[in-house]
Amino acid sequence: MGNIIQITDLRKRYGEVAAVDGVTFAVAEGEFFGILGPNGAGKTTTLEMVEGLREPDSGEVWVLGQRAWPRNPRLLSRIGVQLQGSAFFERLTAREQIETFGALYGVDSHRSDLMLETVGLTDKAGTRVEQLSGGQAQRLSLACALVHDPEVVFLDEPTSGLDPQARRNLWDLLRDINRQGRTVVLTTHYMDEAEALCDRVAIMDNGRIIEMGPPVALVRGLDAPVRVSISSGRLDPALTAALPGVDSVEDDGVSLVLSTRTPDALLAALVEHGALDGLQVRGATLEDLFLARTGREYRA
Amino acid sequence: MTALRTLSRAMFYGFVRDRTAVFFTILFPLMFLFLFGGIFKDQSAPRPKVAEIGQVQLLDAMPAAARQQLAKALDLTQTADRASALERVRKGDLAGAVEQQGGLVTIHYSVGDQVKAATVQGVLQALVQQANVAATGAPPRFRLAGQQVEDQSLKTIQFVTPGLLGWAIATGATFGAALTLVTWRQKKILRRLRLAPVRTATVVGARVGVSMAVALIQTAIFIGIARTPYFGLQLSAWWWLSVPLVLAGTLAFLSIGLLVGAFAKTPESASAAVNLIVLPMGFLSGAFFPLDNAPGWLQAVSKVLPLRYLVDGMKNVMVRGDGPASIMAPIGLLLAFALLLSLLATRLFRWDDV
Repeated sequence: MGNIIQITDLRKRYGEVAAVDGVTFAVAEGEFFGILGPNGAGKTTTLEMVEGLREPDSGEVWVLGQRAWPRNPRLLSRIGVQLQGSAFFERLTAREQIETFGALYGVDSHRSDLMLETVGLTDKAGTRVEQLSGGQAQRLSLACALVHDPEVVFLDEPTSGLDPQARRNLWDLLRDINRQGRTVVLTTHYMDEAEALCDRVAIMDNGRIIEMGPPVALVRGLDAPVRVSISSGRLDPALTAALPGVDSVEDDGVSLVLSTRTPDALLAALVEHGALDGLQVRGATLEDLFLARTGREYRA
Repeated sequence: MTALRTLSRAMFYGFVRDRTAVFFTILFPLMFLFLFGGIFKDQSAPRPKVAEIGQVQLLDAMPAAARQQLAKALDLTQTADRASALERVRKGDLAGAVEQQGGLVTIHYSVGDQVKAATVQGVLQALVQQANVAATGAPPRFRLAGQQVEDQSLKTIQFVTPGLLGWAIATGATFGAALTLVTWRQKKILRRLRLAPVRTATVVGARVGVSMAVALIQTAIFIGIARTPYFGLQLSAWWWLSVPLVLAGTLAFLSIGLLVGAFAKTPESASAAVNLIVLPMGFLSGAFFPLDNAPGWLQAVSKVLPLRYLVDGMKNVMVRGDGPASIMAPIGLLLAFALLLSLLATRLFRWDDV
């Protein structure tokens, strides 16, 4: 499998601000690749240069073996794009939107019904976009991005502002799209989204990639302690100190949180003391990784 | 479907489904047509009102036919109350009050409305002279013969229809271009279009085509309503030459809209800017009232406004009956204007707000 996208030392400045400051990565065919980071990290600017929407100050972008800049219509017909927030023609119905976007790619209008079905909006075909809910609008936007059956799909924060159910719903849809063999590149500021969907993520901060790899491997490589929490006041403070393998203890009056690198022994000891009330065990997440690399709490 | 057809459809639906846009481009100008065409329909000046105090031998002795002729010029009423009649003349309710004592006919008038006062005096003067000639028993040496000619002055509706139609087309085209550009930029549709393999010429072509279609619809509705018996518009034989004029005018005003759209950031500011340009232009270009009596500076200003040429051309072919030669200069100027502003707008064009 070759690389569908190859980006080398990409840079873009807006005045004094280096929005993208030397970004290098490659995306393989069929991969689900995520660009993760807080707002202002440079995700969208990076994506816009990969899509060929902005001219990089320096660096190279190759997509499907072609240069993304200057605007290349032959390349554009092979990629699908969903912009941040949805870009729709005003006062058109869901079906008319898909037909219009389809026509831009020379796609026959009867494909629009199939696309509506794919994203589960068949019963909203005649509804104007202004009347769709946030989740429905995002799904329609996805249908518009997929109408010409592109090989690569770029999604800019597709689940931003959706309620949890609509997000899960969209995740399923995105997995299906990837499973059909399409390469997907997604930006998100949700850590859980990146963990749930992406084969690999690039974590960005201040215009640079600070970590890149499969989410599970990144977290494991962090070698962070497991955090075991139980209800506060269930355990004698004297006993707490004697628990096996505890690195640190925090008690905020509600929960007692114990950090450990040997959770087996600790959990066995807690069972012994009958202190499992309110038990929660949390392994390290991408958030811990972000904290470890930047020294800052992750705030989307 | 082709990209051009589908984009045109998207823009057309976007327009007809937008009630505000439809109101301001179609119904609002029609309201002006009803106002101007309805209020000023009966353009002839009202007859001066004259009170006849007591017995006025000069008038009472007139034969019925002559009396009828007189009624076309004066609105005569009889009264016995001299004081109140004079009071009403003073207040301007009456143009004059006439009384007769023996051989002396007196007309009381005020100078509040000099034109009416002069009319009343002139009419009565003529009657007195006539009576004098008749009293001598000799046949009159001079006679006045009346000969009616074909009425060629422009009735209000004849004047108002081409003017308001020109203004309506200017509004529609300017709004169309400015709002499409601003909302499409704001809603990232421009950006999305750039990410599709569609040519800029196709997008521009769709917008021009839709604006021209809207302008022709405006023309059809306007002429259709003005030609109803209530308004009674009479079209000249060359009226269909207004079609190329309308199309050239649409291009000129699209270019103004593009320029506004290049500067404005929000639809609200774009609407305000368009109104600020097109409404005063309507007044300055003779779209609402004739510029014949306007001061020289205003006539000079109007000569640099594209609406002036659109309105002039429309009047020429729609109601004055001038032929193709009369629209060559207006069309040429409108197209030159469109070209100049489009070039400027292209230079100022922005895909993004950033």
